[in-house]
Amino acid sequence: MLVPSRSAHRSDITDADCAPQSAALPGGWIALHGIVAACAIGVCVDIAHAGAEDSPPLPQRLSETGLFSPGTTQVDPKHLSFSPQYPLWSDGAIKRRWLHVPPGATIDASNPDAWVFPPGTRLWKEFGHDRPIETRFVERLADGSWRFAAYVWNAEGTDAELAPAKGIAKLAAKGAPRGTYAVPSRDDCRTCHEGGAAPVLGVSALQLSPDRDPLAPHAEPKSAAQVDLPGLVARGILRNLPRTLIDHPPRVTASSPVARAALGYMHGNCGHCHNDVGPLASLELSLTQETALSDTAAKVLYSTLGHSSSFRPREAQPVTQRVVPGRPDSSVLMLRARSRNPMTQMPPLGTQLADDEGLALIDRWIRHELPTPTKEVTP
Amino acid sequence: MNTNPLRSRSTYAVLLLSSSLTALTLATSVAHAGDDKNLADKIARGKYIVATSGCNDCHTPWKMGPDGPGPDMDRMLSGHPEGMAVPPAPKPDGPWLVSVAATNTAWSGPWGVSFTANITPDKETGIGKWTLRNFRDMLRTGRHMGQGRPVLPPMPVPVYRNLTEADTEALFTYLQSIPPIRNRVPEPLPPAVPVAAN
Ligand code: HEC
Repeated sequence: MLVPSRSAHRSDITDADCAPQSAALPGGWIALHGIVAACAIGVCVDIAHAGAEDSPPLPQRLSETGLFSPGTTQVDPKHLSFSPQYPLWSDGAIKRRWLHVPPGATIDASNPDAWVFPPGTRLWKEFGHDRPIETRFVERLADGSWRFAAYVWNAEGTDAELAPAKGIAKLAAKGAPRGTYAVPSRDDCRTCHEGGAAPVLGVSALQLSPDRDPLAPHAEPKSAAQVDLPGLVARGILRNLPRTLIDHPPRVTASSPVARAALGYMHGNCGHCHNDVGPLASLELSLTQETALSDTAAKVLYSTLGHSSSFRPREAQPVTQRVVPGRPDSSVLMLRARSRNPMTQMPPLGTQLADDEGLALIDRWIRHELPTPTKEVTP
Repeated sequence: MNTNPLRSRSTYAVLLLSSSLTALTLATSVAHAGDDKNLADKIARGKYIVATSGCNDCHTPWKMGPDGPGPDMDRMLSGHPEGMAVPPAPKPDGPWLVSVAATNTAWSGPWGVSFTANITPDKETGIGKWTLRNFRDMLRTGRHMGQGRPVLPPMPVPVYRNLTEADTEALFTYLQSIPPIRNRVPEPLPPAVPVAAN
């Protein structure tokens, strides 16, 4: 069960890491027993940062990661633009995404739900509101390891600078909710990207299926310039994809269009942590969709209906079940997706605003689409 | 130390069969004994870390004894007692910022009120379902189980994240070996100032 992930061997800590942290406390911070707490939004948070630095060093500027055509801020046309059908909710940010696979190298899709990307794979995802704010970068190195970084755009929009490993809790950003934007720490990148079957989340059989879900919240219509599943196969970039997924493009199997969209939404927003192969498998909560299964919804229903939740929301004391058919207000899943109390909210990071459109969909799914229980299922 | 009667009996049978097989079987037994020794060493090391790193100070409820307050070892590492009434903490006053309940298990500060976790191996209310990876990631990222909400003060994550890989594993192995205690610790209370909207 033990999957080594973080390369944080503590032999690499320096004196600086161990120095009393109270020395440099900015206003609003308190030190307690050497514990540093940032009182950002009324809640004190200190996320420890894995100390091991990536090798080789990350490029200091986005322009050095190979995103642009040399000497320009134009995205190199060699990179493949794509848009997943079930995008992650990011507080309404406008996002653009690109994939680069080294010439001659291929992605192995033998396991259609856990693609293996070749060393040299690079991905970029740009986040913006009024203008580009941040571009995230994922790269698979020659030794097979993955590294993650965030770059923050300068005011002129001419390039972006490598963000600190611990991220930026509050970056002033026009157009962002409450005028602030959070750049994730590198640990946070790993928290989501190393929680499931594959570290690349948006490039997968289901996400790039040409059989796109018309009810998927916030999905951008796929433009002709963007690559999809057949496009990857046609370009010779994807190999060993099971033939059936070409003949019958992957889609969520569900009882109705609303159920399909709700399950797809949870796949894109919850499934990267809540699945049965990653470190949280022991929770036995699977919100992911596996195209290899004939009934992709079964695991979700099995792991939510009739299951008691280990989290007992303070806001609604008597609520103890993950999902109660017909009753969104009595379902922990709904309450946590709706909450933006940092101790309760789901997802726990990457968003400060609840997603009304996504919530409305889950509400409809719980209210109208689920079988009413005939028997008690115990966890 | 081979305490498995089945294994001992089969060793005996094989001894009668052939000397070359005997050598093989003995070698296997030695390997098992090595595993047991290794496990016992890890548990001992983990116990030492708990004894020297203050886990009982916060995770075992304190009670008043004849010699003053001390951890109630009948409830070792089971966290903030489930049924305990927690009235609002006194308001911060001047330099006094943090209040602690007499059990040492409820802490009120600018982060709200945190309740120390049940870190016994109880499957439903403790860390019995955790993997070593969950535990290690929690210490490295400061997030619940390594991936969830931020773990609140005063859990000394910034201190314990400096544990070596081997010590982290030893600590986890020890915690999984102690008696499980069923005790569902409440979720933390938000700070007095309302947190985020909606
Ligand atoms: C100064 C008090 C304090 C000490 C000392 C302390 N803890 Fe904690 N610990 C806490 C508090 C408070 C929480 C709950 C925080 C929360 O709910 O966010 C906690 C939570 C935890 C959790 C659960 C984290 C999670 O993911 O939800 C574990 C595991 C844990 N502590 C282990 C330990 C171990 C092992 C030690 C000793 C090496 C230790 N703690 C020492 C206060 C302490």
